[in-house]
Amino acid sequence: MLFLDHIWIIPLLPAFGGAGMLFFGRKLQKATVNVVCVGMVGLAFIMACGSVLQYTAWAETHSHQPYQTILYTWLGGDTGHLIYPTHDGAQAPFQADAGLLLDPLSSIWLLFVTGVGMLIHIYSIGYMAHEGGYYRFFGYLNLFMFSMLTLILANNYVLLFVGWEGVGLCSYLLIGFYFHRKSASDAANKAFIVNRIGDSGFILGMFFIAWLCGSLRFVDVNAFAHLGTHSPETLKYITAATLLLFVGACGKSAQLPLYVWLPDAMEGPTPVSALIHAATMVTAGVYMVARSNALFVLAPTSMKTVAIVGALTAIFAASIGLVQNDIKRVLAYSTVSQLGYMFLALGVGAFAAGVFHVFTHAFFKALLFLGAGSVIHAMSGEQDMRNMGALEKRIPVTYWTMLIATLAISGIPPFAGFFSKDEILWQTWTSEGDAYRILWVIGYVTALMTAFYMFRLVYLTFYSKPRMSREVEHHIHESPKSMIVPLVILAVMSLFAGFLGWPRSLGGSDHFARFLDPVFARGEARTLIEEGKAGQLVAAEKEEEHTSPTEYLLMVLSVAAAGVGWYMAKRSYAHAHTGYSEPIKAASPATYKILLNKYYVDEGYDYLFTGRRKIDGVRLGAMGLGEASSWFDANVVDGAVNGAGWITRTTARLSSWWDKWIIDGIGVNGPAILARMLSYPARLFELGLVQWYALVMTVGLVGFVFYYVYH
Amino acid sequence: MEAMLHITTLHYLVLGAALFLLGVIGVLTRRNVVIVLMSIELILNAVNLNLVAFSRYWQGIHGSTALHGQVFAIFIITDAAAEAAVGLGILIAFFRNKETVNVDEVNLLKW
Repeated sequence: MLFLDHIWIIPLLPAFGGAGMLFFGRKLQKATVNVVCVGMVGLAFIMACGSVLQYTAWAETHSHQPYQTILYTWLGGDTGHLIYPTHDGAQAPFQADAGLLLDPLSSIWLLFVTGVGMLIHIYSIGYMAHEGGYYRFFGYLNLFMFSMLTLILANNYVLLFVGWEGVGLCSYLLIGFYFHRKSASDAANKAFIVNRIGDSGFILGMFFIAWLCGSLRFVDVNAFAHLGTHSPETLKYITAATLLLFVGACGKSAQLPLYVWLPDAMEGPTPVSALIHAATMVTAGVYMVARSNALFVLAPTSMKTVAIVGALTAIFAASIGLVQNDIKRVLAYSTVSQLGYMFLALGVGAFAAGVFHVFTHAFFKALLFLGAGSVIHAMSGEQDMRNMGALEKRIPVTYWTMLIATLAISGIPPFAGFFSKDEILWQTWTSEGDAYRILWVIGYVTALMTAFYMFRLVYLTFYSKPRMSREVEHHIHESPKSMIVPLVILAVMSLFAGFLGWPRSLGGSDHFARFLDPVFARGEARTLIEEGKAGQLVAAEKEEEHTSPTEYLLMVLSVAAAGVGWYMAKRSYAHAHTGYSEPIKAASPATYKILLNKYYVDEGYDYLFTGRRKIDGVRLGAMGLGEASSWFDANVVDGAVNGAGWITRTTARLSSWWDKWIIDGIGVNGPAILARMLSYPARLFELGLVQWYALVMTVGLVGFVFYYVYH
Repeated sequence: MEAMLHITTLHYLVLGAALFLLGVIGVLTRRNVVIVLMSIELILNAVNLNLVAFSRYWQGIHGSTALHGQVFAIFIITDAAAEAAVGLGILIAFFRNKETVNVDEVNLLKW
């Protein structure tokens, strides 16, 4: 159990790399930076593989329990501090471990985060070769890996939140990597602030859970949730808690209405977009909801909310992606849309399908971004697809790998995306309640749009007529090996990763979902797994044979949707020359304008929430609040301060006047003046002349003598 | 003639009074401190003369041999010497500061 026992080393490896870069990186050679940073992530990947392998063996003999190791308690402790009453009146300590938990769910994240992370680190060697701040970039990337691994491996909500904030910080730092560019630093601020809104929900949700369960460890929370009977009141609290957690997930995973930061996050270097804003960090919200699945299933309202928000986000973002011209922005909206799919899956209770989509999406979306980076690299920094075209023969490896990723995301079999997306749609369709059919329609239309905008990207970039300037055209070159190799590996994964979840209806056994059963199963199935009879369960389910003609029909329909999207894109863009026309613009200019301007959501937020724009001269939102506070401060607070000052000054003046004229004048100086006036005649006698005194003495003496003699 | 030859106590008293008056006038009118001090000596000696004269007169009346007056006069002479020494010392210190011995230029002792 070498790897499993030392699982805590996995997050520490990139932490050392990151710390080393940020403290000493300035003086290091690029080669040293590469060896340390890529090496650390590579080691983490090897350790992750070893740990997961050992865990699967360990789980067989431990009735598929999660493997938990607690290093020490970092928050609270046994000192008796931070004791609070839970909702059933018991006393519980508020504490959090530095503890790690490995179960099938975190195993999956662990594998693709370290794996994709390593590939993107390797890619960055080539992509960032000519950029300044090389060590800083890799230091941030390693720091991100550390935070993400902490998030994944945490055994309680608080430690998960530490990782959650850590990845948020790294996201901020990397979006603003080109900090001298105002748009980049604005985008970084936007990402950070929007995420804070979500985080506030997450924190409140955590407090709710601590209050309900008396613990923040996942095993304790799950035990509480599996307890069986909950009173209606408790269920209400669980609904509130899960809704608040979902607010956090909306922020991190860019769901409506907090998705606005993700498209702007494309200001960061492209490897960052691939790693953080496509493959790993943005799936943290999905991870958190999946991690809390036991609570979510107790709250149907929350589940419905998750499903509806997911579906709406999916179609909303996809429709914006239809008309964007910046290659990275198309991919950004695509990411938002795909994250919507994942939440749709979670919301309909198909947790395994959602996680499966996270898994496959990590590969093909990372590949798409890295491919886009390769295209941008070839185009000397050009990102506008209107100025590309006909790159197919010039950068063939990039072309082929991106084509595979496009086929995968569009849901064309047998590429990875087909399996995960089809599973989500099927699970949505089979959910009880007609309303879910509407969600299915939304998901279906989104699939069509996805195919359209992805093939639009491919046609405008790799086919059609060249539209770039002669100078740019002259410089087009295939990317270096360090960039090509990750592309090829990811392309292979995009092709084969889906096979892990080969559905039973197509003669597979859906290994992926079986692997996750210990995390997501409930009721009798859970009992079977815990008693170590998982084999029976699989056999029982196999016998059930719940495939139906409908499933095959839906499968054909979704492939057909992808085909239609592809065909429409091909017809519109296959021969696009300079000044080509957009089909949506031709059909409805107004719709095109709205989509191109992203439904004016950013403008709306500027009016309502940030206050950067005024409505009829009235400023609302944060800046409005700021102005109001400023006015309040300048007039009321400062007025009170100045008023207090005025009162003090006036009373001081009165007091001073009293002291000067009454106390000093009448009380002190008065008697003195009186004494002085009265003493004035006496002074006349005092001449200071000895002989004068002698004379007075003599006269007095003579006077006395006369008085006594003649009296 | 007989009366003229006989020197009575009254004569001594008149002489003493004259000396006293001279001394007082000297103290009150002269500006030079040295002369003022000398005038004080005159006053003291006038007093001595009185003491001795009254002592003799007392002996004549009571036939006693008491010498209180004479002894007191010796005391006063001693006292006068000491006083002259102190007075001259003050005078010298004064002269060093003011470069004058005029008593009317010493008028600091007032309000």
